[in-house]
Amino acid sequence: MTDLPEIWSYLREGPLLWLTATLVAYLIGDAAYRGSGENPVVNPVLVAMLLLAGVLWATATPYGTYFEGAQFVHFMLGPATVALAGPLYSNLHHVRRTLVPMAGALLVGSGTAVVSALWIAKALGVEGATLASLAPKSTTAPVAIGIAEQIGGLPTLTAALVILTGIIGAVVVTPLMNAMRITDWRARGFAVGTAAHGIGTARAFQVNETAGAFAGIGMGLNALLTALIAPYVLGLFQ
Amino acid sequence: MILNIAIILGFQLAGEVLARALTLPVPGPVIGMALLLAAFLVRPALVKRVLPTSQGLLRHLSLLFVPAGVGVVSHAEALGQSGPALLAALVGSTVLALTAGALTFVGLAKLTGNGAEGKE
Repeated sequence: MTDLPEIWSYLREGPLLWLTATLVAYLIGDAAYRGSGENPVVNPVLVAMLLLAGVLWATATPYGTYFEGAQFVHFMLGPATVALAGPLYSNLHHVRRTLVPMAGALLVGSGTAVVSALWIAKALGVEGATLASLAPKSTTAPVAIGIAEQIGGLPTLTAALVILTGIIGAVVVTPLMNAMRITDWRARGFAVGTAAHGIGTARAFQVNETAGAFAGIGMGLNALLTALIAPYVLGLFQ
Repeated sequence: MILNIAIILGFQLAGEVLARALTLPVPGPVIGMALLLAAFLVRPALVKRVLPTSQGLLRHLSLLFVPAGVGVVSHAEALGQSGPALLAALVGSTVLALTAGALTFVGLAKLTGNGAEGKE
């Protein structure tokens, strides 16, 4: 018979344990979200990542070891992005009629995200490479990292800021839209996709499929627009 | 099922190749999404086949962000001394961008005669 520490040291090196842990943590997060009466603050991603970070810390497991298992889940982000074509096609009749509102909301939403983030951070004393890392934070992670490299930011910091932005957007969007009495799913979805990329889009799909489809479009267009405007806006603040 | 996955991966692959070959500022999967949408428009029969798989993938889109999220908590020190200022900038700008974006959308939808179909 093998003793427990030996089994543990075998398991913690392989992908099986951390892949399973990721799924279980998400299931717990999802159950907590439902159990809270679908309270947006109890965001499944937030709950799961805090749980897993706690487990990694308690077991002194490096993030790299964890990611070897979790990468299978992470990889699915690519196919899921391609799959957005499905709800986009189903909502095409909505999309065709709202080209003007989308173009306007994209320019205003994307511009506001970059300008206000840099303005607030600068006012609080943030400068240099750290400030540059902040500029692309509303875009989807791979684009944000590319932009950060281009404008002299720190890619690791940008990756963290992108994830945090997504979670903040996913948590605040529902109470904020309700407070403003905006009931149009197209507007709610498009705004959250533009401001909070994929995590915002995931939140939108949790609530309504039309909102999800519009969030997906917002995310894609914002990635493109931010890549174009970020260098110029950053120039205004340096 | 396997065929559907192969179709989706195939479009992602095509998107990746195009994005790299033409050095586009958009990631491969986003190009793949556009290509798949174009394919749906050309061959609507494809939609019925792929839609269930795409809905399955998107139903738990949140799950897919968990590994990267764990990385943020594990690398919290990357935020450095500017942590509180950066957090304030993220919260402030996200609330402002959401507000400005949604109000612009609603306003322009009304102007172009497409407003008020919110509760469908």
